[in-house]
Amino acid sequence: MTRYPALFSRLRKSGRAAFVPFAVLGYPSPQTSLKWIRPLLEFADALELGLPFSDPIADGPLIQMASQAALAAGACRASNLAIVTAIRTEYPDLPIGLLVYANLIYRMGVDAFYATVREAGVDSVLVADVPVTEIEPFATQACAQGIDPILIAPPNAPDPTLEQIARKTRGYTYVVSRSGITGTETVAGRPSIELLTRLRDLGAPPALVGFGISNPRDIRRMLEAGADGVIVGSSLIEKARLPHDLRPYLQELRQATQR
Amino acid sequence: MSVPNLSPGSSRPGRFGRWGGRYVPEILVPALDQLELAFDSARRDPDFRAELSNLLTHFAGRPTPITRCANFLNGSGLEIYLKREDLLHGGAHKTNQVLAQMLLARRMGKKRIIAETGAGQHGVAVALAGARFQIPVRIYMGRRDCERQAPNVFRMKLFGAEVISVDSGSATLKDAMNEALRDWAASYDQTHYLVGTVAGPHPFPTLVSEFQRVIGDEARTQMLEETGHLPDAVVACVGGGSNAIGIFRAFLADSKTRLVGVEPAGQGLATGHHGATIARGKPGILHGSETLILTDEEGQILESHSISAGLDYPGVGPEHVFLGEQGRVDYVSATDTEALAAFARLSREEGIIPALESAHALAYCMRMASEHRKPEKILVNLSGRGDKDLAHVQTHLDRSQP
Repeated sequence: MTRYPALFSRLRKSGRAAFVPFAVLGYPSPQTSLKWIRPLLEFADALELGLPFSDPIADGPLIQMASQAALAAGACRASNLAIVTAIRTEYPDLPIGLLVYANLIYRMGVDAFYATVREAGVDSVLVADVPVTEIEPFATQACAQGIDPILIAPPNAPDPTLEQIARKTRGYTYVVSRSGITGTETVAGRPSIELLTRLRDLGAPPALVGFGISNPRDIRRMLEAGADGVIVGSSLIEKARLPHDLRPYLQELRQATQR
Repeated sequence: MSVPNLSPGSSRPGRFGRWGGRYVPEILVPALDQLELAFDSARRDPDFRAELSNLLTHFAGRPTPITRCANFLNGSGLEIYLKREDLLHGGAHKTNQVLAQMLLARRMGKKRIIAETGAGQHGVAVALAGARFQIPVRIYMGRRDCERQAPNVFRMKLFGAEVISVDSGSATLKDAMNEALRDWAASYDQTHYLVGTVAGPHPFPTLVSEFQRVIGDEARTQMLEETGHLPDAVVACVGGGSNAIGIFRAFLADSKTRLVGVEPAGQGLATGHHGATIARGKPGILHGSETLILTDEEGQILESHSISAGLDYPGVGPEHVFLGEQGRVDYVSATDTEALAAFARLSREEGIIPALESAHALAYCMRMASEHRKPEKILVNLSGRGDKDLAHVQTHLDRSQP
């Protein structure tokens, strides 16, 4: 059992939706990454962490920049997972999800990868470039290690695909609010109430909505549509480049998840 | 390290043995399904085939001839025959399958075309077809490639295409492909992504291979008509691998014909500055396919290197990996220096300027000729012409002969 069911049960009792910030591991550098993540931890119901990849095709300019910067500063698997372990030790109940690209898993060996990230304290793994039709070998190893495989439910998925996604995703369902890649250049769409209803009817785990969410108004729209929480990534990277304290912004976003 | 096998014994469509597949964000799957359906129905549609055939003949200039070299490697025992894809409209074999995909895009009701390009040959083919079909075209091209293949950038713009210079990563073909995939994830509804090679997610490797096989089908018939024999060997350069698959496919069942794919060895395999993915790559996942790629142990993609922009790619089509594994195709490599020598020599001895990509195939023939061999007929896919390379080659030749 991962930490997601307990989280969603706590949130239901307190009448809130989940606020899930995202950070790129190793950004701005392996040495300063944990410091960058700290303010996020003060406000996070759960955390999403990206392993930097040289060719992130599902990501927009901000996460590409952060990934390149992390790699250029020497981020590697060991330094990235050491950050995860540090967070896990300090926050034993916080659900932690990893966002990765397939080649990072493949090169290490699928079974070895899931065993290693389990050891670091990860609850879930989403592979950005693996659709449900190719997920089997990844999901099998994830489940064998007690890790939730996360699948993305896009707005354009036909019924049979959505059924598969609902059946295979564990912990939560990553619902994308619009087509395209991550980033703040394109505003968040509103996931159709119909998509979220269909997922619930199919018995899918709670829906976290991501892609392009950058302000309280976006968040309230997602919750009105029936989302169980939101994932915010690129806009944090954007805001963190300014010399301001990120906390008031995080506070504002978290407050919007109050129902 | 144990190499994972993600689909043991798989015979699913889109797999060549264990290689290939469809590793893309979920959002792109419906568009790939739609393309697969359109491809399957079009191949069986006589009207589609007739329209494509008409375009290939009257617009693109097929069939292309084969030319027996009069001087190149004469006296070595090797008879070199060139399949003249350099004479195809657009200047390279790329036009063959671009016209087919343009018809598919129209069939699917798409209103806009995007494509990646390395040397710019695929971009030029897409741009000229966009002009012919009057459909808006956007080409993604690495900044470094824009610089070394400037004439092709101008040609694309003349045809009315928008050229986006991509500055991320290594600023070459792989980064252009990343950017095209990102565009497509937002635009798939109205946009067709016209992939230019036999790499990428299913159905592209199968589809591009199918529409390039015209090269080998023609060449096999021409060799039999003109020499009365099949060639002893067929040689083609391999970047992503579309011209090589195109000429190899017709000969796969001819067990006495040796098939040779020539990868770019760049500054030499030992230097690490090369693009020889079959020789030096490792199993991995890049741009939608499980294939051989240049990657480090942690899975970060490494930058490839080749003097030829069209071969400068850290992956390769999955069908090539399969054919290599089966032992049907031998994969060898030629360095930048060898390719430049072949470029100059074919120009001087035959009055034909080969593309730097195709020069790799010729360079391998020069190596064959230098070894003691029995007389052989070698068919080389001269996949493109070298006009686009003139300025780039001149810089290199000036540098080596001060």
